[in-house]
Amino acid sequence: MTRILVFSTNAISDMGIDLAGSSHVDYPVGVETIAVPCSSGINPAWIVHAVKSGFDGVFVAADGPECSYLNDCVARTGKVIERAQALLKEDGLDPARVKTAAICSVCSEPFVNHMKQFSRALEALAIPPAAPA
Amino acid sequence: MTGRRIGVVVCQCGGNISDYVDTEKVRETIEKDADVVSAQVQMFACSDAAQQDAIREIREKKLDGVVVCSCSPKLHTATFRAMAERAGLNPYQYTQVNIREQDSWAHTHDRGGATQKAIHLARAGVARTALSEPLEKIRVETLPAVVVVGGGVAGLRAALELSEMGISVHLVERAEELGGHVARWGNLFPNDKVGRELVHGLISAVRARENIAVYLGAELLEKSGRLGAFQVKLRTRSKETVELTVGSIVVATGFEPYAPQAGEFGYGLPGVVTLPEFKELLATGARPLAYQGRPVRSIAYVYCVGSRESPDRSGRTYCSRYCCSATSHIATVVNGLDPSVRQYHLFRDIRTYGRYEALYEKALRGGSVYLRYSEEDPPSVTSSDGQLVVKVKDRLLAGEEVELRPDLVVLVTGMTPRENSELTQALKLPVGKDGFFREVHVKLRPVETVMDGIFIVGAAQGPKNVAESVASALAGVSKAGALLMKGYVNLDPLVAAVDPNLCLWCEECLKACPYGAVRPVEAGDKQIAEVSSLLCKGEGACVPACPKQAISVRGYTNEQVTAMIDALAQEAA
Repeated sequence: MTRILVFSTNAISDMGIDLAGSSHVDYPVGVETIAVPCSSGINPAWIVHAVKSGFDGVFVAADGPECSYLNDCVARTGKVIERAQALLKEDGLDPARVKTAAICSVCSEPFVNHMKQFSRALEALAIPPAAPA
Repeated sequence: MTGRRIGVVVCQCGGNISDYVDTEKVRETIEKDADVVSAQVQMFACSDAAQQDAIREIREKKLDGVVVCSCSPKLHTATFRAMAERAGLNPYQYTQVNIREQDSWAHTHDRGGATQKAIHLARAGVARTALSEPLEKIRVETLPAVVVVGGGVAGLRAALELSEMGISVHLVERAEELGGHVARWGNLFPNDKVGRELVHGLISAVRARENIAVYLGAELLEKSGRLGAFQVKLRTRSKETVELTVGSIVVATGFEPYAPQAGEFGYGLPGVVTLPEFKELLATGARPLAYQGRPVRSIAYVYCVGSRESPDRSGRTYCSRYCCSATSHIATVVNGLDPSVRQYHLFRDIRTYGRYEALYEKALRGGSVYLRYSEEDPPSVTSSDGQLVVKVKDRLLAGEEVELRPDLVVLVTGMTPRENSELTQALKLPVGKDGFFREVHVKLRPVETVMDGIFIVGAAQGPKNVAESVASALAGVSKAGALLMKGYVNLDPLVAAVDPNLCLWCEECLKACPYGAVRPVEAGDKQIAEVSSLLCKGEGACVPACPKQAISVRGYTNEQVTAMIDALAQEAA
């Protein structure tokens, strides 16, 4: 089973994820969520720690331009992701294991699609490249 | 293993959870975990009986942390925090784990998987709780005084109501007179009340109040302090600085009518005017209807000018709400002046919502003709020998081109945000993509901003008609009143805190904080950062900025989140 850790935000994206469940729309069961106040406040080290602890990937369900705390939340979250990807690279891990997208408070369908696509992309990463003939 | 004594309640939610998750398996698995000294299954954890059970368990087993695995934290965090408090447990040592919206309901076809996930989530909740600290709400005193910025219809109405509550009001208006846009308008929908009179009534009432001070030609320059006691600096007409201390700030700065570009739908040609210009013309009450000395026998209205534009054209993708109703109403006013004036409405969609639909009906019955155009193929307005020529492809006539030769073209212009960069900067208010001030939650907290104690009312928050602006102003008044009349307020303590052992004061957190909540303090032989829990919003922008991982948000500390990740990652036995 592909395991994805999602960081959601209390005020916005966690509600979008809730709505997927309230609408009884299934998404991969390997998806587990930790809600934080704002995506700009995620420590890149948490993302790296998750990948090293056994999660195949980390998805940051960001506030996007709707963030009520910060006008530049998108840029700040972008920096968090870049930093996490750089740290993964340093450790020889694929930066494609981190992904982000803005998930609004009613974005249940985009969230589910992201989870399905990311899950498939991570499965593909897990297949070791064919040995040279 | 932390030596904590944590109790876990697994809720079945009457089948909403237990139909898809083996709640008993969750209970027996979690019961064996370190730090867990009590684990129960309840049919409805939020019921009185279940809460009584939990309270007894907290007291008898001397629990120092509680985890309820049930529905979304949005629904019952407050319920269970209160329950914890009744049992003598600090409410911030309670954690709600979402195994309904984010588990049972999302994985209805995989009972085994959903049960494993519930165990993971429950363990993450336990891990977080095991590292929780007792926190106290922050109690702050509040002063019964308010600055209202903007003296239009919303600001005036807000000032009067606050004054009525016994709260002192400082009404600050940038222009040289009170009244805003409405003061220049004549008959308004839906009841033909004259805007001028409406506003002048409010102005006299404001002037008669002893506890309202009016500052004209004045601007708000600076704000410091916190909810309940803001220090505000104004610059008055005579360039003097006035300093005030107030408990709350109500922003009622209104809108700016959209100003069309030269040539946009013929704007600039003689006889092409905007909706507010036409309203002012009508407000003069001159009869017969004439524009620049020439009689007006026919009018073409072009709707949605500066509203509902494609995102690739501008940020004005929104509907300005009031214009369809205002224009339908104007058509009835013109009809009343002279029923022989022909009126053509070139619209995209008519949005005379609610009771304003009656205005559209009335305009139709008065002989108004409606022609529907599309944004991709807008009408053209030109002039030929001093005669205006309007060409429009009517979608309701299968795109057939219709040519009109009206005496007056009225561009039905929408609302745009005002230029308020200084005020926005001073108050640190968030602004939406559309340029209007942004509320915390569009439905549930429509006049509150992320800045506690600062409220946005009227069209400053987005397009509104007069009735909606006043309703919003009164909402802001009730929020400010509720805050100030009690004399104190309790703030959530989930804000950032600094580990003095790790901090080396590199200023990164100060640079990252948009709220000015960080400052350096002396700690022994070094400087460290200190966070004002009154100014901090707890969003955590400082967290990734700190190179030493010395700053974190309470409830979401480095240790807590790392432990949660470990707990989730652990294979559920």
